[in-house]
Amino acid sequence: MSWTEHAPILIIAAPLLVSFAIPLLEKIDYRVRNAAAVLSLAFSVWMVLIVLHKIWGSGPVVYVFGAKSAFLPLPSGFKFPVRIMLEIDNMSAFMALSGSIAAMVGVIYSWAFVREEEGGLGKYYSLFLLMAVGMLGMELTGDAFNFFVFLEIASIASFGLIAYRREDPASIEASFKYMIVSTIGAIFVLVAIGFLYGRYDALNMAYIAKHMRIGIVERIAFVLLMVSLAMKAGAVPMHMWVSDAYGRAPAAVTATLVSVSQASLYGLFRVMFSMFGVTMNNHFGGWMLIIFGLLSMFIGVTMAIVQKDIKRLMAYHAISQTGYMLLGVGVGLAVLDNPVALRSYGLAAMTGGIFHIMNHAMYKGLLFLTAGAIFYRLRTFNLNEMGGLARKMKYTTIYFIIGAAAIAGLPPFNGFASKLMIYESVYKFNPLLSVVAMVVSILTLASFVKVFHSAFLGPEISKTRDVREVPKSMVIGMGIMAVICILFGLFPGMVVKYLAGPAAVSLANQTGYISSVIGGGM
Amino acid sequence: MWTYIFTGSGFWNPIWWLASFVIVAIFVYSFFGSEVKAKYSPDKVKPFLSGWDEVNKDAMQVKASNIYWGFTKAMSGYYRFLDRCHTGIINDYVVWFMAVMVITFIAFITA
Repeated sequence: MSWTEHAPILIIAAPLLVSFAIPLLEKIDYRVRNAAAVLSLAFSVWMVLIVLHKIWGSGPVVYVFGAKSAFLPLPSGFKFPVRIMLEIDNMSAFMALSGSIAAMVGVIYSWAFVREEEGGLGKYYSLFLLMAVGMLGMELTGDAFNFFVFLEIASIASFGLIAYRREDPASIEASFKYMIVSTIGAIFVLVAIGFLYGRYDALNMAYIAKHMRIGIVERIAFVLLMVSLAMKAGAVPMHMWVSDAYGRAPAAVTATLVSVSQASLYGLFRVMFSMFGVTMNNHFGGWMLIIFGLLSMFIGVTMAIVQKDIKRLMAYHAISQTGYMLLGVGVGLAVLDNPVALRSYGLAAMTGGIFHIMNHAMYKGLLFLTAGAIFYRLRTFNLNEMGGLARKMKYTTIYFIIGAAAIAGLPPFNGFASKLMIYESVYKFNPLLSVVAMVVSILTLASFVKVFHSAFLGPEISKTRDVREVPKSMVIGMGIMAVICILFGLFPGMVVKYLAGPAAVSLANQTGYISSVIGGGM
Repeated sequence: MWTYIFTGSGFWNPIWWLASFVIVAIFVYSFFGSEVKAKYSPDKVKPFLSGWDEVNKDAMQVKASNIYWGFTKAMSGYYRFLDRCHTGIINDYVVWFMAVMVITFIAFITA
């Protein structure tokens, strides 16, 4: 038995163990602490790649804790899935790859970005790794209750990280607001899981999906899960916490928080496709996602365009971009019971939406990191106090241009490829939806032109006279994300063929998800 | 085909796009790139402000708050509505969340 058999749990275990070892490693040297944090997440990325390779070879990977099978056979011969397990299909692995890369880059960037004199760096790195653990756990688990546990781990770690700069009262306020809404959302998730447990005596998602029969309990659970997870993903009109939390968290944390929110988005998709699927009213679910998507796209971008705080502006764009994902995947869900429409454009819309998840994690992460680089030198987020930075921060300027072009959907960057898939496939479903998506892209471009003009162009002003480029670790962190934006833009076929396309097929295939865990026997 | 994607209605190949871009760029440069450039002189680029002195560099740039002034003015009614929704008060955040929950549930039951 090869050690790679345990790759699924090592994805989570490596950062988890290091997060608790951080206080000890810190005693040796701060460089040991930082290196351990980076290496643990790099190890997670490696493990995700190993798992992906297995999935490509032999289908979804099921990893059961402490046993070979998730089932406990009773003396009567009846088998029941009681053990905790991870179920990793293409969709889970896709999300884990995106999230682990974002978290790794966030830690690399933090090396210089979070200064020793700010204090509490041991706690910062511990919480950062715990946030990554929560995010990865949400994406890999096949157990509904464990999903809630990991959701809470990610949330609680996020509360601490958002309030990290506690000398800024706005950071503490943002963390408090996020804590309140997030906890209420999590309670609803727990209540929904409790309803399903009471109904099916099981927490295994595949088992619940297999035995799903629609009644009032399932309807309540469905709505509780859908709305709570949509709120956690930052969908309008439950998005208000996003601009506060993203706006005040340290930039490296914000870049990873984007992926943490996407883990909730993944949970939303997993619940709607794999747990409920066509047994629930998929037209209603699909249209709800589309409505959330449209509202998020339009209100997000129109709120962004009037902001003068660079991070709040980017936070509203994060809401807007989440709308594209909801739109693409929502169209897929709306036609899930129509094989012709699903084949014709539904799967392409879902692929575009899912492709956009990873693209967004990379370019929005990159943009938040550039905002952090500006803050690192100027100590302000106010665009009115910036100008002429292109003369002083050449790498940051280039990275910003790449990120801005990608989010605005300019060819040949990655954002264009996924947005084009969404426009053209959603057009076949309803042309008006595509028109709105394209208008939002134009407004996104306008908004980032404003940022570029305000921060980077113009004459050198007194405040930027002594500014210079940020330290190497920050440049490297931004560089990794910029390179991914370019590569995914130049080789979208590779991403669609190996990552986004198979993820969309996995998500749409409820039967495959169920049978990979419990086979056809139960 | 690592560069090609099917988009639902057509296809996208960034390498073709890049090749086209390079060809057009070469074509444009061959026509307009060989113009004789004027000699640089600080006096030529000095702003002329009807006899007034050049303003301070810090005050010269159009600030972020003023960009798209016309757009926000034209959409002022819409932005007043958005401002009323974005109060920044946590109680309102929770009210929005609960309202969406209730509306979705009613819509789902009646759908």
